[in-house]
Amino acid sequence: MFKKTLNTEDTLKNSGLTDEEQQLFSNARPQAYEPYPIKAVEDFANWARANSLWILAFGTGCGAIELRPLMTARFDANRFGVAGRPTPRQSSVFVIGGYASVKTLKRIIRSYEQMQGPKFVIALGICPVNGGMYFDSYNTVNQFDQYLPVDLYITGCMPRPEVLVAGIMELQKKIKAGECNGANLYVENFDWYKSNQKKVIKNWDMPDYNW
Amino acid sequence: MIVEGLGGWLSKVGNFSLTLLIVTTYGLLMGAFIERIIAKVQGRIGIPYRQPFINILKNFFKRTAISHGVMFYLGPVFRIAGGIGTLAFVPVIYGDEMFSNFSMAGDLFLVIYFMFFGQLGMALGAGESGHPYSAIGIARGLSQMTAYEIPFALAVISIVIQYDTLSITQIVAAQQGGWQNWTVVTNWVATLAAMLAFLGMMGYSPFDIFLAPQEIPIGPPTEFHSAYLGLMQLNRALFGATKLVLFMNLFFGGATGWVELMIKTFLIYMVAIVIGVAFPRFRVDQGIRFFFKIPTLIGIMSIIYVQMVLTS
Repeated sequence: MFKKTLNTEDTLKNSGLTDEEQQLFSNARPQAYEPYPIKAVEDFANWARANSLWILAFGTGCGAIELRPLMTARFDANRFGVAGRPTPRQSSVFVIGGYASVKTLKRIIRSYEQMQGPKFVIALGICPVNGGMYFDSYNTVNQFDQYLPVDLYITGCMPRPEVLVAGIMELQKKIKAGECNGANLYVENFDWYKSNQKKVIKNWDMPDYNW
Repeated sequence: MIVEGLGGWLSKVGNFSLTLLIVTTYGLLMGAFIERIIAKVQGRIGIPYRQPFINILKNFFKRTAISHGVMFYLGPVFRIAGGIGTLAFVPVIYGDEMFSNFSMAGDLFLVIYFMFFGQLGMALGAGESGHPYSAIGIARGLSQMTAYEIPFALAVISIVIQYDTLSITQIVAAQQGGWQNWTVVTNWVATLAAMLAFLGMMGYSPFDIFLAPQEIPIGPPTEFHSAYLGLMQLNRALFGATKLVLFMNLFFGGATGWVELMIKTFLIYMVAIVIGVAFPRFRVDQGIRFFFKIPTLIGIMSIIYVQMVLTS
C-alpha cells in the first residue's frame, strides 16, 4: 500500500540513512485523512474509538509509574474500555509520562509514527508543558508539543492515577465530539515538526517517517 | 429437480449464516463474561459486555493500515476461513436440521484439517510481517500445536474406533439417552487425553507461551493492526466457540437446544479458565515435553482401553 514512491518533489529525503538502508525504507509522505462524509457514521466511529482506548505500554518518564495502578482493583480502567497494548501498531493512545529526554524523544517519535491513526497523545505532568523541574536541563525537551501534537494535558507533579482516569474520560468526551485530530495535525505541519525534532536529535539515523 | 436442489442448498447456506452469526456473538459475549469473572476474582468490576464488539468496530474504523505484502493481507483471511470452515462441518444442535450445518459422513477428518489450516495461514501472514517477535511466536505456537495435536488425534482415533464412525452427528447420536452414555463416562481415558490437549488448544496458562504479552509483545499478531486485527478478533471468538462445540459433541453428549449448548460449552471453557488462573506459564520446551509424556501416554492407553474393554 505504501511502497517506495519515485523521487519527486513530494518524497522524503531520508538523509539520515546510508545508501544501502535507503533501499529498505519507504520514502512516502504520510497523508491526512478526512472524516467519513456521512456525519452519523463518523459519530458512530468516534463513539467506538472513544470507548476502546488502547494505551501503548511504553513508559517514557517517571509518570509511567502512574499507569500501572490503572489496571489494578483500585482504579480499574478496564471499565472505560482502556487496555494496555504491548505493540504500537495496535494501540491508539500514547501517554507521555512526564519529562521526555532527548534520547527517549527519538523512541517516542518512532513509536508514535508506527501507531495507526486516529491516534491520541496525553501529556502527563507539568514537564511536557514547560519543562517543570527540568526546565534548564541539558537533555530534556521543554515544550513537548513542538515535537508531537498533544491532544490532552494533565498537569501536576505527579498527577495521581485518579486524575489520569479523569483525563481519559475527558479525552473520551473530546474524541466523541470529533475534536482530536492530532494525527492529521502532524501530517499537515509535518515539515515544521520534523525540523524541530531534528534540531534536538543530533544522531538522526532513522527514516524521516517510520512507516 | 435441479431448482429444488439449488433451493435446498441455498437454504442450507442461509441456515449456516444464521449459525455463524449466533456462534460468533455467543463467543464474543462469553469472552466478555469470562473477563468479568476474572476481574471479580481480582476485586475489579471489569469490562462492559459490549467491549469486545466495540474493540472490533474500532479496529475496522481505523483510518490507516500498513501492509507488508500479499501474504500479510491473506494471513487473517486464512485464519477466519479456518474458523468458518471448522464451524461449517460441526453440527451445532443435535437433531435440528436447521443448525446441523454441512455435517456429513467423515466430517470429523475435515474439521481436524480445518483447525490446522487457520494456524498455518496465520504463520505465513505473520512471517511476512518481518517482525522478529512474530517469528519467535510462530515457532513457539507451531511447535506447541504439533505437541498437543498428538494426544488430541489419539483421543479422536479412540472414539472413532469406539463408535465405528467418522461422522460427528452419529457420534452425538450414539451418546443420546442420558449422561451415562456420554463419552466422558464410557471412554473417560480418551476424554482425559483430549481435555489435556484442549488446555493447549485454548492458549491459557500454563500453555500461553506463544502469546506471552510480557516478553514477545504478543507473539504472532505483533504487526497486525486495524482491520487485520479486527478479523483476527472475530476469529478468536468464532474459533474458540467452535472448538467448545466440537468438544461438547465429541465427549459431552452434544446439545439438543441452545440453552443446553450454552451451559455445556461454558462449563468446558471454565476448565481451561480455572486451570489458567491457578497455574503459572510453562516454557515452550516444558510444555512440549509435557504433551509428549503424560497426555500422549493417556492417548495411547485410551486406544488400548477401547480395544480391550469396549469393543471386545
